[in-house]
Amino acid sequence: MKTIETSAGTATPDTLPLASTAVWQHNHVLDLDDFTREEIELVLETADAMAEVLTREVKKVPTLRGKTVVTLFYEPSTRTRASFELAAKNLSADTVSIDASKSSVVKGESLTDSLRTIQALGADIIVMRHSQSGAPYLAVKEVNSSIINAGDGWHAHPSQALLDIYTIRSHLGKLENLKIAIIGDIMHSRVARSNMWGMTKMGAKLALCGPTTLLPRGLDAFIECCQLPNIIVENRIETALENADVVMLLRLQLERQQSGLLPSLREYIEQYQLTAERLSLAKAHALVMHPGPINEGIEVSPDIAHGAQSVIEEQVANGVAIRMALLYLIAGGKNK
Amino acid sequence: MSERTLVSAEDMQRALVRVAHEIVERNKGARDLILVGMQTRGVPIAKRLAATIQSLENISVPVGSLDISLYRDDLSSLSLKPAVHRTDIPVDVTDKQIVLVDDVFYTGRSIRAAMDALIDLGRPQSIQLAVLVDRGHRELPIRADYVGKNIPTAKNEEIKVEIKEVDGEDKVVIVTPDKGVSNEND
Repeated sequence: MKTIETSAGTATPDTLPLASTAVWQHNHVLDLDDFTREEIELVLETADAMAEVLTREVKKVPTLRGKTVVTLFYEPSTRTRASFELAAKNLSADTVSIDASKSSVVKGESLTDSLRTIQALGADIIVMRHSQSGAPYLAVKEVNSSIINAGDGWHAHPSQALLDIYTIRSHLGKLENLKIAIIGDIMHSRVARSNMWGMTKMGAKLALCGPTTLLPRGLDAFIECCQLPNIIVENRIETALENADVVMLLRLQLERQQSGLLPSLREYIEQYQLTAERLSLAKAHALVMHPGPINEGIEVSPDIAHGAQSVIEEQVANGVAIRMALLYLIAGGKNK
Repeated sequence: MSERTLVSAEDMQRALVRVAHEIVERNKGARDLILVGMQTRGVPIAKRLAATIQSLENISVPVGSLDISLYRDDLSSLSLKPAVHRTDIPVDVTDKQIVLVDDVFYTGRSIRAAMDALIDLGRPQSIQLAVLVDRGHRELPIRADYVGKNIPTAKNEEIKVEIKEVDGEDKVVIVTPDKGVSNEND
């Protein structure tokens, strides 16, 4: 097939002046640990262009015509799944969604078999969520389709981290030297883990805060051995909030109380809920974020969750643009 | 490889002034006109045309920028995805006379993509095409309404347009490969 001419009249693809002219190296998106800052910036800039498409009356471009995107979810999800499917449809890809709880998985089909079946059906991209950390890394070895990790166990949720970064950048211009407080159940949070990579690569300083029982064991050692000096760990929410530009709350999984990690919900609320009073410790216009779903009245008081500083709904809207950018960047091509 | 300058800064300026006159003449003024520059070098060219039209007609013509990456017909054969720039057209295109502006007119494929992109934004009254350089070798049945310079080329030659706002200088250069060396990329 002939290529379109670029402005120079040659057949080389246009790589002109975006701030990041990074060569995109990924066939898969598993986590942000193997992303460079330039690659993250390329995703953000591509998402800017996608956001324009979302403002149109007809929110559809023909870019991924003939590509098939399959969402394979072994865990419940509303926003991530809907957001990936809308992103794929906006780019004119065909989408198939497989809900593991209603599929052959209940007949005992293994993850590997399911993946091979989906590949055989012609999936170009598989967006998968699995309760086991590392499941998408297994998938990459089993099939040739591109894999996007939409959340694996406690490990990673890269598209969420990217949309968090995008949301912050759209309000504050950049992440360089911002203080971002992430508060709550860090231990079980794949969102926190992906953000640790992504946000620090963008130059932000992170304060991770939660009760000791909900901080991963060996966190300090991890920070040291991965050379992430811009991450500090804090038990007191008041200290974490001091001078923060962004406050990100994590969902408290209520079943954690049964497992003995929390003495009582009331105590957690008393010590860690983001209230108006606590928020006043952060910078005047600090952003309030939450990956959702929210337990209102537990990790955040309702007036703050829906208050003027909250960008929680914007995060959801930005998720579509970010996922369109990811699908565009990994779809097709002969770089397999 | 040898490089030769075919259009100087002064020649380019004169050609663009003439094209601006032609646009005004054809459209009987500049009302309902929108100039849409194709990323990257079409955008500053569109702005210059708008400035000339402003001085002729005393009407400020809206200038937009259009990125066609999402409409290309060769995405699945490219190993490196083209960077997507933002499309930004300040007014509704419906019922407007659109003049698409690009630097080099070659196969016509990017113009095809641009027309698809424009029509996704609304229903313009008409779409016209203004180019700084027409180098021939069309692969689609598309022609330009306004041409700055016609420059017949061989397919293995390369036309490089430099625009002050992007490249620091105004000129058009033809790059001819040495005999026996193929410069074909496609």
